[in-house]
Amino acid sequence: MKTATSTAPRRNAFLQKLWHQRFLLALSVPFVIWLIIFCYIPLVGWVIAFQDYKPHLGFFNQEWVGLKHFEALFKAPMFYQALWNTLGMSVLLLVFGFTSSIGFALLLNELTSLKFKKFVQTVSYLPHFVSWVIVASIITSMLSLSGPINEWLVDWGILKKPFDFMTQPDLFWWIVVFADMWKETGWNAIIYLAAMSAIDPQLYEAALVDGANRLQRIWYITLPGIRYTVITLLILSIGNIINIGFERQYLLGNAVVAPKALVLDKYALDFGIGLFRYSYGTAIGIFKSGVSIVMLVIANQLAHRFGERKIF
Amino acid sequence: MLERRLISHRRVYFSLFDVVLNVFMFFVVVITLYPFLNILAKSLNDPIDTVKGGITIFPRVFTLDNYRVLFEGGSRLPRAFQVSVLRTVIGALLGVLSCAMFAYPLSRDDFVFKKSFSTLLVITMYVSGGLIPGYLLIRSLGLINSFWVYIIPGLINAFNVIVIRSYIDTIPPSLQESARIDGANDITIFFKIILPLCTPVLATIGLFIAVGQWNSWFDTYLYARGNENLTTLQYELMKVLDSAQTSSRVDIYSESIKMARKNPEAIKMAITMVATLPIVLVYPFLQRYFVTGITLGAIKE
Repeated sequence: MKTATSTAPRRNAFLQKLWHQRFLLALSVPFVIWLIIFCYIPLVGWVIAFQDYKPHLGFFNQEWVGLKHFEALFKAPMFYQALWNTLGMSVLLLVFGFTSSIGFALLLNELTSLKFKKFVQTVSYLPHFVSWVIVASIITSMLSLSGPINEWLVDWGILKKPFDFMTQPDLFWWIVVFADMWKETGWNAIIYLAAMSAIDPQLYEAALVDGANRLQRIWYITLPGIRYTVITLLILSIGNIINIGFERQYLLGNAVVAPKALVLDKYALDFGIGLFRYSYGTAIGIFKSGVSIVMLVIANQLAHRFGERKIF
Repeated sequence: MLERRLISHRRVYFSLFDVVLNVFMFFVVVITLYPFLNILAKSLNDPIDTVKGGITIFPRVFTLDNYRVLFEGGSRLPRAFQVSVLRTVIGALLGVLSCAMFAYPLSRDDFVFKKSFSTLLVITMYVSGGLIPGYLLIRSLGLINSFWVYIIPGLINAFNVIVIRSYIDTIPPSLQESARIDGANDITIFFKIILPLCTPVLATIGLFIAVGQWNSWFDTYLYARGNENLTTLQYELMKVLDSAQTSSRVDIYSESIKMARKNPEAIKMAITMVATLPIVLVYPFLQRYFVTGITLGAIKE
């Protein structure tokens, strides 16, 4: 009785506040429900990795099988192949993606004609806005047997007959990396250019007075000036090293290079949805999330060790 | 004297550097634009003539046949074009409105659930259920083979909500207070004051959503394969790409003239252009928003 009387006014005050903010609630609650349905229910869906999920049985009537699917996963040779391809391409994409976009930003920053700089920039963003389907279509026709690259190589006498780039398993990773650089370098450079424009011009003037040449100014002023941006982005990408998706590999790949193009997401798609092995596919997803959390923590620790501000 | 020589020496060095730099940048422009122009030229060139090679950026035997084939009777392309445009427009409008509606209460310090709703939102940036649980959810919601599968599952994006919210934070609170004194409620304030003042950020986010919608093919592949009426341009191009990769050698070397009329390579070029042109056409007008967008993103990170 006593507790009831003491909490009642407070509850009333809270309800009153809710009523007062009913319009704010009307704006936000539908989207909270949306979040629960589309973001949190799939998280609960992780439990199907520990079941033998059969669609017709419904969510709660499944047979629990513990770690069976994870054991099967770690015994499958294809899983290791997919993991190797995922990590291999990821590392190449990371290394070449970073160096090309930082390099491009540095060079762009050195252009003296502002008009030309603007023009180069505008052109360099363009591939970012077309889809991977289009980029894959462009890359395959550029590299095809009758494509311009082969035409030139034959015309210039470098090759005797056209070389089929797209069906060389050993070249596949490099084609993915090259396609990615072509599509994203200009776009990724924007962040570095923004960081460069925040560097105090007095530093450059002082360096000029001290007789530093252009390369020295890049090395001692520009690069240290974007250091924090570079490290932040590097850490965020390391956390995502296992999440490279499969769009690029799927669209650029073909039957001949398939062993080199299989990545974890494609593996989950083929087995999980293609073969209706939902539990197995979910186990792959959980493995991926586990790895990315570990990578994120490691990257964060590394950042700390290098004396940088932690990301989180 | 010595100093002057040093300076002039440096100037020579600088201009050499500049020459190399400008040549390099010109080269970058060429390798970015050439593939687009080459495909445009080939899509406008007679397919039999194209097989002879040597097409650069101008068509040699001009024809619109490749495009005519795409849009003649029985083709799915007109429908695909329509769906692509519809999902882009509806997806961008609803997406922007949703993100803004959610962002406004989260920007209000006095809102009771500001903290808890924000936390719920931010968590979704770091963890997601993944492919299979997502697929099963869409299936049990009955969204398979429905147009709304393109719109509803992507309505909210945590990153976009946060970008809009930080923009709203820069609007002086006194504007909202004076409206409240005049008797406006929160919904009126949102629609009459917040939304109009947020135009730049809304345009940026809307553009990103639109580009994403226009370019998307995987949701068609996964969720709408069974309904021919829901096919999109990107998905049709993906299918041509898929079939071209398994048969391209045969098509190029041992094909009869009759078949070459419907040369998959030429069709591929034409669809590529149809799927690219809308972006290229709006690109110059929207470029300033692109840059604002990524800079906003960079600041958030």
